[in-house]
Amino acid sequence: MKQLEELSAPSVVGQEEQELPLDLLLDMYRRMVTIRRFENTTYDVYSRGIMPGLAHLYTGMEAVAVGVCITLHKQDNITSTHRGHGHLLAKGGDPKRMFAELLGKEAGYNRGKGGSMHIVDMSLGILGANGIVAGGLGIATGAGLSAKLMKEERISVAFFGDGALNEGLFYEAANMASLWKLPVVYIMENNSYGEYTPPSKATAGSGPARAEAMGIPSKSVDGNDVLAVYQAAVWATERARSDSGPSFVECKTYRWRGHHMGDQGDTYGYRSQEEIESWMTKCPIDRFRSYLLEKGPVEEITLHEIDRQVEQVIDAAVEFAKQAPYPDPSEVFEHVYA
Amino acid sequence: MSTPERTGTIRDAINEALHEEMARDERIFIMGEDIGVAGGVFKVTAGLREAFGEERVRDTPIAEAGIVGLAVGAAMTGMRPVVEIMFNDFTTLASDQLVNQAAKLRYMTAGQTKIPMVIRTAMGAGRRAAAQHSQSLQAWYCHIPGLKVVMPSTPADAKGLLKSAIRDDNPVIFMEDKMMYAQKGEIPDGDYTTPLGQARIHRQGDEATVICTSSMLYPVLEAADILAAEGISIEVIDPRTLSPLDEETLVNSVLKTGHALVVDEGYQSFGVTAEIAARLQEKAFDYLDEPIRRLGAADVPVPFAPSLEDLTIPSAERIVEIVREMRA
Repeated sequence: MKQLEELSAPSVVGQEEQELPLDLLLDMYRRMVTIRRFENTTYDVYSRGIMPGLAHLYTGMEAVAVGVCITLHKQDNITSTHRGHGHLLAKGGDPKRMFAELLGKEAGYNRGKGGSMHIVDMSLGILGANGIVAGGLGIATGAGLSAKLMKEERISVAFFGDGALNEGLFYEAANMASLWKLPVVYIMENNSYGEYTPPSKATAGSGPARAEAMGIPSKSVDGNDVLAVYQAAVWATERARSDSGPSFVECKTYRWRGHHMGDQGDTYGYRSQEEIESWMTKCPIDRFRSYLLEKGPVEEITLHEIDRQVEQVIDAAVEFAKQAPYPDPSEVFEHVYA
Repeated sequence: MSTPERTGTIRDAINEALHEEMARDERIFIMGEDIGVAGGVFKVTAGLREAFGEERVRDTPIAEAGIVGLAVGAAMTGMRPVVEIMFNDFTTLASDQLVNQAAKLRYMTAGQTKIPMVIRTAMGAGRRAAAQHSQSLQAWYCHIPGLKVVMPSTPADAKGLLKSAIRDDNPVIFMEDKMMYAQKGEIPDGDYTTPLGQARIHRQGDEATVICTSSMLYPVLEAADILAAEGISIEVIDPRTLSPLDEETLVNSVLKTGHALVVDEGYQSFGVTAEIAARLQEKAFDYLDEPIRRLGAADVPVPFAPSLEDLTIPSAERIVEIVREMRA
């Protein structure tokens, strides 16, 4: 068990954030712990051979999805990535239907037709995880265009990684968002690797500078500090809601697990165990937990209670998914066309 | 009461369909490169910006993947975009958005979403535009489940099919042969629609079936006249939509004539002609008097020089020769 005093305090300790209501802070904590538990369980289920295919885990990056999604309303849209479980859960996704989808079951969000990389929940504005790097950037920007054309009070958030920054679609879509002042927020999750390659070997310049070149205001924040992410997200989403156009936020973080399930330890030889462990000492959840206990009026027992509830929810969800039936073979030809 | 009919071009017909549909449904908007102020390079969208404003008739940057990507997102969230991709060749720049996103989202999400979107694009050779502005890539999109592919050949069909495509809840690739924009014909007035997936028999005949798509109708009709003078009666059928394909009408004709030629301006190898021929032999093998013949574009990048380009496109002369061989 890590010593709490080893953890650095959240970088943003100021007047504003001390005024955040306790239930909001506890909601952040609950969502982060939910993602962590979900991903650990996914790893476990995969390791035991119950899960077909594979998944890309969000472990270690929880503060990004939560800091952003906690500022969103139900009707707001998000697009996610191949590493999408965290965004979906943070936006309110149902762990039961997510696990069922991961196991290819009929009770899954996509009735087993999509799997980990394609979960959609239109009722929550989740326009989908996406198996194509940068694939969601056009969709999120188009959702911003439709909000503007339909004069609807909803905004659109695109999550994408440092790898997607080098895909052409980002520039095509973000350029139009800037030209047309669309209500879109671009959240770049710099998790230190695009698959197995660090940005230092893939990206000339930086994400924020590239955004600024298109006239899109940007910020770069510590993505392991949920309050820093939250403050940047408030800035960006308020700009979108007030018709001020798109914003760009880089969140610097780290992916604890491999790129995918098969990427463990030294399989691909691109990072050291020491590096992973040094980032684990910067755990966004431990860090926020220690902040809540030190700075806020939170008792340890309150956080334990949340931990316990989350465990129950996730354990019940995975059990539900295990018991659920596979889709009927007749479904293979359904849903090709509307 | 008879329906009043007017004569106009395919360009007029498409423009009219866009006007009528945009007036009918404000969720419809169009976007593309220079489609607003300039009215499009082929002037197909002229006057729409004046009628509906620059928000709904949206000039875009030159960014095909972005344009189609935004259309997918807008379609998922309640709009019904109609996109113009200036040349069919440029749709390759938007391939991920068409093939991996638009075509698959409904299926992958088990019907949670739909993508009501039309991509209008100008295809076809003959304009001395060389290899990057002349292709007919319909087979690419027919190959992808989830997309519909529509190819009108007359002004009436252009109007009726475009209105149906816009009202369809799926992504539809609407292929316009750039050499046909000035093609004249009747344009039915008012709310005239042509169902997707319904072939049209342009000429009845009983000695051979010639199936032809888009602008290939015209050399085929010319060939039909020449052959008729020789006493050979051919049935001319335009499928009008390739996906979905009205297999029944095509097969029934071949059951009657026992001879079939398929003409399409896409490349012959692995193309539309190959697929239609395969389906005909699966359903009508016992009724065929000889192998099904095919005529597509020559398997070369479209050359610039007129003396070379003309050799790559199916011609009335070649169609006549093949039918004569078939009947020999």
